[in-house]
Amino acid sequence: MIPFAAKLSAARAAGSLARLTGRGGTTLPGKLLLRLDSRAIERLSRNLPEGNVVVSATNGKTTTAAMISSILGREGKRLVHNRAGANMAGGIASTLAGASGWDGRRLDGTFGLFEVDEFWLGSVAEQLQPRALLLSNLFRDQLDRYGELETIAARWAAVAAEKPEHRPLILNADDPLVADLGRNRPRVTYFGVDDDSLAYSELQHASDSKHCRRCGTAYAYDAAYLAHLGHYHCPNCGARRPQPTVVARNVELRGIRSAAFDLHAAGGSVRVELPLPGLYNVYNALGAAALALELGATLNSVAAGLAAVKPAFGRAETVVMGSRDASLLLVKNPAGANEVLRTLALEAQELDLLGVLNDGIADGRDVSWVWDADWELLQGKVRRVTCAGTRAPELALRLKYAGVDPARLRVVEPLDEALDAALSDGTGSLYVLPTYTALIELKRLLSERGVSQEYWR
Amino acid sequence: MPEHVLRVGALYPELMNIYADRGNLLLLQKRCQWRGIGFELASVTLTEDLDPDAHDLLYLGGGQDRDQKLCAQDLATAKRASVQAAVERGVVMFGVCGGLQLLGEFYELDGEKLPGLGLVDLRTTRERGPRLIGNVAIDVDLDGQSRVLAGFENHGGRTVLGAGAQPLGRVLRGHGNNGRDGSEGVIGGPRENIVGTYLHGPLLPKNAWFADWLIARALGVSETELAPLDDTFERAAHASARRAAGV
Repeated sequence: MIPFAAKLSAARAAGSLARLTGRGGTTLPGKLLLRLDSRAIERLSRNLPEGNVVVSATNGKTTTAAMISSILGREGKRLVHNRAGANMAGGIASTLAGASGWDGRRLDGTFGLFEVDEFWLGSVAEQLQPRALLLSNLFRDQLDRYGELETIAARWAAVAAEKPEHRPLILNADDPLVADLGRNRPRVTYFGVDDDSLAYSELQHASDSKHCRRCGTAYAYDAAYLAHLGHYHCPNCGARRPQPTVVARNVELRGIRSAAFDLHAAGGSVRVELPLPGLYNVYNALGAAALALELGATLNSVAAGLAAVKPAFGRAETVVMGSRDASLLLVKNPAGANEVLRTLALEAQELDLLGVLNDGIADGRDVSWVWDADWELLQGKVRRVTCAGTRAPELALRLKYAGVDPARLRVVEPLDEALDAALSDGTGSLYVLPTYTALIELKRLLSERGVSQEYWR
Repeated sequence: MPEHVLRVGALYPELMNIYADRGNLLLLQKRCQWRGIGFELASVTLTEDLDPDAHDLLYLGGGQDRDQKLCAQDLATAKRASVQAAVERGVVMFGVCGGLQLLGEFYELDGEKLPGLGLVDLRTTRERGPRLIGNVAIDVDLDGQSRVLAGFENHGGRTVLGAGAQPLGRVLRGHGNNGRDGSEGVIGGPRENIVGTYLHGPLLPKNAWFADWLIARALGVSETELAPLDDTFERAAHASARRAAGV
């Protein structure tokens, strides 16, 4: 039998080789290691003396984990964290392998922070045995890959039911599908938004999870904040949004740049200045705050950590490209795209956009989601849109039917040519909206041009 | 044709919309409006009565299993007679994915038989085995012209047409109704006004010609009577969907 240390070292060597040959290497060593030892995540993670925590959601995992990292770093925790966002089993095994000494016993860090893909949550959590679990939201996403939302919800329910006495659950009170995971369970902390000025009068088009988890009746919303997140109750059985103990009030959204809110928790309240835009990031910050508070962080270090958070790659990150600055805003499903569009629509000037629609496996081969997103928000707001990617014409078509003047639309499928075309036409800010594989491709292009930080290590 | 108005009834739009069915409705709407054809969209949902004279085209999309069960029961009890009366009058009934399944006799899943509208001779069963997922293209012969529809399919149900039913098209790439017999969708009714397909993605944005075919059929005019539009982006999106399917 091959000793674990030998398997680990073989896997790590494969990863170094992949990086040297410029083929990424984020998940390769982990995938190889798991093939050699299917329990590698368990073996490595149990050497984290302070244990680990897990974050999952359809949208905002990478940013939420970055926020937690910023807070806990301030509290002096030495983290092992899959910060590049590789969040399936292979990515997590890679992160652990990369942080391990040669024999896998000592890790370069004492506390694990893992974002986990919503589909992989069950199998990965079973090996990680996290000491706390943060579950933020479930939205319609990549039906061809993940199947129906209800299927994921059922898987999550099984994970949430484990270790009720020992594993605190941090849940979004405003997402009915997620909040219901805490029904009749001890040790649940709920977070949510209380700010009527943000509420829609009705649910947005792409809303999911509109029916009571207990009796099937349509929920009534007193306030809808973001897709199906909001203040809801069931007019039939009386089930309602649980009262959160970690709450955002007086939310202020400042366009594409930043946001602020009053964070209320058991220990008092504090104003949080968030260098990231949009209500979706307020939700991410609330989840991060609730988890950090559960782990014993103070309100002040929560606020300081959130104020210092850097955008994760492609999540409202701005890079300088020649005379222009380009803001990268990942879009990958209707709910996430809607929040980006809603945030862009707050900008005063007409926008220059580069939309990149790919249909790779990691994007979902099915591009129908672009028709569920509310591109209508951009009506009258754009000066020029360049559409790129493997399904560029479909994006251009979507924008035409959203009411964008076709004369302002153009299709340039290859990303490098599209980037040049978009940059050379206009001044000031360019907003780039890539799908997931487009973001990876963009990252490679940017590093070839010497403009991006190296996130993918 | 300013005297024309297309009145669309969307059945359960808040439940049966999983594959961006809104895109299909948007194509119908804009392509009417750009031609000066009036467009009215009404939603008809659970427990509401359906007036068989109030619409020229009825649209039924796909939904999650739970929602599809609710709608199947409601269709069979509250709306079946009205839909049948509307179709007899020549109203276009257009079903996509879950909507296709409910046009037929029944949909059997999880040991339960959901009733269908019984408009066409087809049956659907959720079989063991993988869902049929992927890009798809079919060859469609309508009004003597052979044309291609391209889209995406994602269905657990396998649909089999009875002897009295015609497929909408033949599979060029992809799975089609059941992954076995090369048939895709269904077309039938007194004037080929019942149309069902598994193609979404959504279907009409990728096949603007078919949106026009449906509009013409629902208004009772010929396709050539519809004013031409600048379809540069539409044609590019169609070509892109065909390429994705490998056709």
